[in-house]
Amino acid sequence: MAKAELMNYEQALEQFEVVIGLEVHVELNTKTKMFCGCRNDFGDEPNTNVCPVCLGLPGALPVVNKKAVESAIKIGLALGCEIQPTGRFARKNYFYPDLAKNFQTSQFDEPIAFEGGLDIEVPSGNVFRVNIERAHMEEDAGKLTHVGGNTGRIQGAEFSLVDYNRGGVPLIEIVTKPVFGAGAEAPELAAAYVRAIRDIVKALDVSEARMERGNVRCDANVSLRPHGTEKLGTRTETKNVNSLRSIERAVRYEIQRQAHILANGGTILQETRHWHEDKGTTSSGRPKSDADDYRYFPEPDLVPVAPSRELIESLRASLPENPQERRKRLQAAWNLSDLELRDVVNAGLLDQIEETVAAGASPQAARKWWTGEIARIANADDKDVAELNVTAAQVAELASLVEAGKINDRIGREVLAAVLAGEGNPGEIVAAKGLEVVSDDGALMAAIDEALAKQPDVLDKIREGKVQAAGAVIGAVMQAMKGQADAGRVRELIIERANQ
Amino acid sequence: MSEITPDVVRHLAHLARIDVTDAEVDRFAEQLGLIVDSAATLKAAVAGDVPATSHPIPMTNVYREDVVIPSLTQEQALSGSADSESGRFRVAAILDEE
Amino acid sequence: MSLVKLTATEQLAKLVSGEITSVELTQAHLDRIAEIDGVVNAFLHVNASGALATAAEVDRLRASGAVLPALAGLPIAVKDNLTTIDEPTTAGSKILEGWVPPYDSTVVSKLRAEMMPILGKTNLDEFAMGSTTQFSAYGPTANPWSLDRIPGGSGGGSAAAVGAFMAPLAIGSDTGGSIRYPAAMTGTVGTKPTYGAVSRYGLIALGSSLDQIGPVARNVQDAALLHDVIAGHDERDSTSLVESLGSMVSAAQNGSLAGVRVGVIKELSGEGFQAGVSARFNESLELLKAAGAEIVEVSCPSFQYAIAAYYLILPAEASSNLAKFDSVRFGLRVTPSGNPTIERVMAATREAGFGPEVKRRIILGTYALSSGYYDDYYGSAQKVRTLIQRDFEAAFAQADVLVSPTAPTTAFKLGEKIEDPLAMYLNDIATIPANLAGIPGMSLPNGLADEDGLPSSIQLLAPARGDKKLYEVGSVLEKAHESVWGKRMIDFAPEVKAGA
Repeated sequence: MAKAELMNYEQALEQFEVVIGLEVHVELNTKTKMFCGCRNDFGDEPNTNVCPVCLGLPGALPVVNKKAVESAIKIGLALGCEIQPTGRFARKNYFYPDLAKNFQTSQFDEPIAFEGGLDIEVPSGNVFRVNIERAHMEEDAGKLTHVGGNTGRIQGAEFSLVDYNRGGVPLIEIVTKPVFGAGAEAPELAAAYVRAIRDIVKALDVSEARMERGNVRCDANVSLRPHGTEKLGTRTETKNVNSLRSIERAVRYEIQRQAHILANGGTILQETRHWHEDKGTTSSGRPKSDADDYRYFPEPDLVPVAPSRELIESLRASLPENPQERRKRLQAAWNLSDLELRDVVNAGLLDQIEETVAAGASPQAARKWWTGEIARIANADDKDVAELNVTAAQVAELASLVEAGKINDRIGREVLAAVLAGEGNPGEIVAAKGLEVVSDDGALMAAIDEALAKQPDVLDKIREGKVQAAGAVIGAVMQAMKGQADAGRVRELIIERANQ
Repeated sequence: MSEITPDVVRHLAHLARIDVTDAEVDRFAEQLGLIVDSAATLKAAVAGDVPATSHPIPMTNVYREDVVIPSLTQEQALSGSADSESGRFRVAAILDEE
Repeated sequence: MSLVKLTATEQLAKLVSGEITSVELTQAHLDRIAEIDGVVNAFLHVNASGALATAAEVDRLRASGAVLPALAGLPIAVKDNLTTIDEPTTAGSKILEGWVPPYDSTVVSKLRAEMMPILGKTNLDEFAMGSTTQFSAYGPTANPWSLDRIPGGSGGGSAAAVGAFMAPLAIGSDTGGSIRYPAAMTGTVGTKPTYGAVSRYGLIALGSSLDQIGPVARNVQDAALLHDVIAGHDERDSTSLVESLGSMVSAAQNGSLAGVRVGVIKELSGEGFQAGVSARFNESLELLKAAGAEIVEVSCPSFQYAIAAYYLILPAEASSNLAKFDSVRFGLRVTPSGNPTIERVMAATREAGFGPEVKRRIILGTYALSSGYYDDYYGSAQKVRTLIQRDFEAAFAQADVLVSPTAPTTAFKLGEKIEDPLAMYLNDIATIPANLAGIPGMSLPNGLADEDGLPSSIQLLAPARGDKKLYEVGSVLEKAHESVWGKRMIDFAPEVKAGA
């Protein structure tokens, strides 16, 4: 396939207005599937979390998961949506081997939530309103594995294998209205919007919200129109862009690709496109032959969902703080710069730091430990910070030991390693290993005198005002004390000695 | 004149994934045409403001608690399939060779 | 009199008194099947060993003095569109030939819990689409009254099995008359309960919003026995009624017509109804009046649209329900030569596996749901459903039960009308409105038509959830018919000759 030609990004924006639309699929973290009691866990042995319902066997009937409906309502409320007073499920009919019944049980004209919106801030600080058209409940499809030919790709495969463990897993699809006016920041806005959705469903605890695992998936619609025109351009839908960075790149790529075609008198095909992470490009998917006619009709095997006012209000009352507002609150409380806040948020450490502060640590110390040494270790081990064996309370204890001068930073890192190794709480480890710093000035002075004896010119240099000369002695003393000394105190004592 | 032309039947048969012969297409076109013509009376019958009934006995909010119930075994799940491999259902390639 | 000719109630009394064993009774029916089913073809599969094992278990427990379920030991036949874990379930289709489901339908589970020996699975029009049983992929079933005539459909197998004394009771399913119409053709009693009164879980769906399982028997009391066993809430069927509709057995035992208002549906009599059928119907009205009922005429003007609406709703739902028969997870797979794609395998499989009536209805249903046609066809049909419900509401304001002939004619010859779907669809003109409205109905034989000596029947209809009313009125009317005719209707049936 010939590589698509792209127009320079700035030039594209000079000529065209960008319109984007985003469809985000959120996989719920219910214990069971949307319409049956099979485990919602598709990493298991293939076809072991399946039953007559999710295998689409003749005669089987669906029953709606109550928790999934409540999660859907919570998401709707958090997105500022209206909740449908009476909403039916609908069948979306199309044949595909990963779809057990050859129809997807979904919602069509009566989505559980509709007409909402979010204010999304992009890195420049600009805020854009993203209006949400609807959020509806549906079920996921099974997983296809393509065998033979081009290593796991659908193109050229000899045959395919189907595992229905994921079939019937509850999904909420959130669809925006067309978003205008973001201009050059459209790619950043797309990514920031998906990040906001991810943060919200995570805060609501309705999804694992791990994009790399496909818990949150995004399809990005992009179209261009010449500035000053009314009519929307033909849009493309780039499927399954599964990281925030990729969303930004894919939208930017489509803008440049479409601009080149339009500027050269070409037309954009309304089609599905696939994002290739490795090459940073999109390619045309096969147009689905049945895509224009899903023959939706109300699902006769399910009765309407009609949440009562009381239920909606009790769910509304249970909603956690909006992630964006929470961030603003914590930024002020912790006295962080925008950049510092962004680092914390990007690292996904807001919860941990907040808990650590609540456990008694200073915001500075809590932030330093989590974004510093702990994040470094997680990174080195290729793990998520949440997977590490350390609690907020332990970090708070560690910070208080350092602040009280009982241990220094270097020892602190050693204690942290022991905590991660499961050796106990920081205080216990310090006691057990005898790591407390030597605070006996007499012992420190003895070590200092010993070191000065080997470097007699140091005191003179200090007296001449070259205070940094103390460093060599500090190093020797710390070495002699096996690191268990407060370097600051050692420095003070050296200077005292020089001034005697 | 019926809207059900042979081409319409072919399109519908494709949507429904049923191979049809030319003879079947002609026969279905004729028979479906008659049925569809008789159905045309319905539109006039409900010209006023009549709500649709999708469920004969109205009910709402029928749910299942989010509790796991035992699934089929992999062997049971695959027992009816024409072809399976490594615990999965095996099907022909999805795309033509291009 | 031979054991098999006794009513279920009589057979049960002998079982309970210890006069006969369940093994004897079950074997007598298996012998009868072996003797005559070669010409009747009521059974698609006979499970002699399974039935006898259940019978032996019942006998053993009864001998030990154990408390047994009410119908324990009484054999039964099951329509082959209900899943059974130990027997093939084909729904009369080649596409399911040899398929043994990995689960039992709820109704079959209830029969097993009741310890009723299941003799086998009965013939039906493919996927219950038809009113003659000629559309079974496994050959037509003959009418025991006249072997060259249709037994009605789709449940011709269950009706013929009961009518020819191969089973005392059978399970049927009724989507547009598939219990009541065969009952009328074979001089048996059949009830379609209120939609949702009996779980549909494990019933291979035809028209999900119309389907209902019900009893087939030789008299009202027997039907009531089976009705009470299979009815009740099922959490696996979302449309299952939560409330109990009461005991049909006690309704049948405590029937009375005093002061009951019986409404004669004006639109379901007169023109188009065979003279002998109309004559018997008018006699039934006289008997009702003589027993103390008040006869009123009611009008249901929207019934004129019932067939047209039904033949849009049913094919629409069926086209979606039957999409799962795609060769992937179960059933037939036909692989065309070359290297076909899955799409071509599906289309070839469905071409080979479905019969002409099934294909006709799938294509019609696909059309009715297509975008651009939905409102005119499926949408309008659903609105007609509302009109028909309103007609019933108005009629039930004037009458406690409604009556009509069950079928316009007595059983016609096999092969007649088979190439004329519209004429065939008129067979269900009197039965379809109940399915559209979800209300219960019963077919009761009321004599023999003078022209041909074949059974004629009256249909009783009650308001939704008023199933008991059918048994209260039916049991009294049945006695009145028998007193006029001198014996049970079924006893007029000529003996089926094995070599006929």
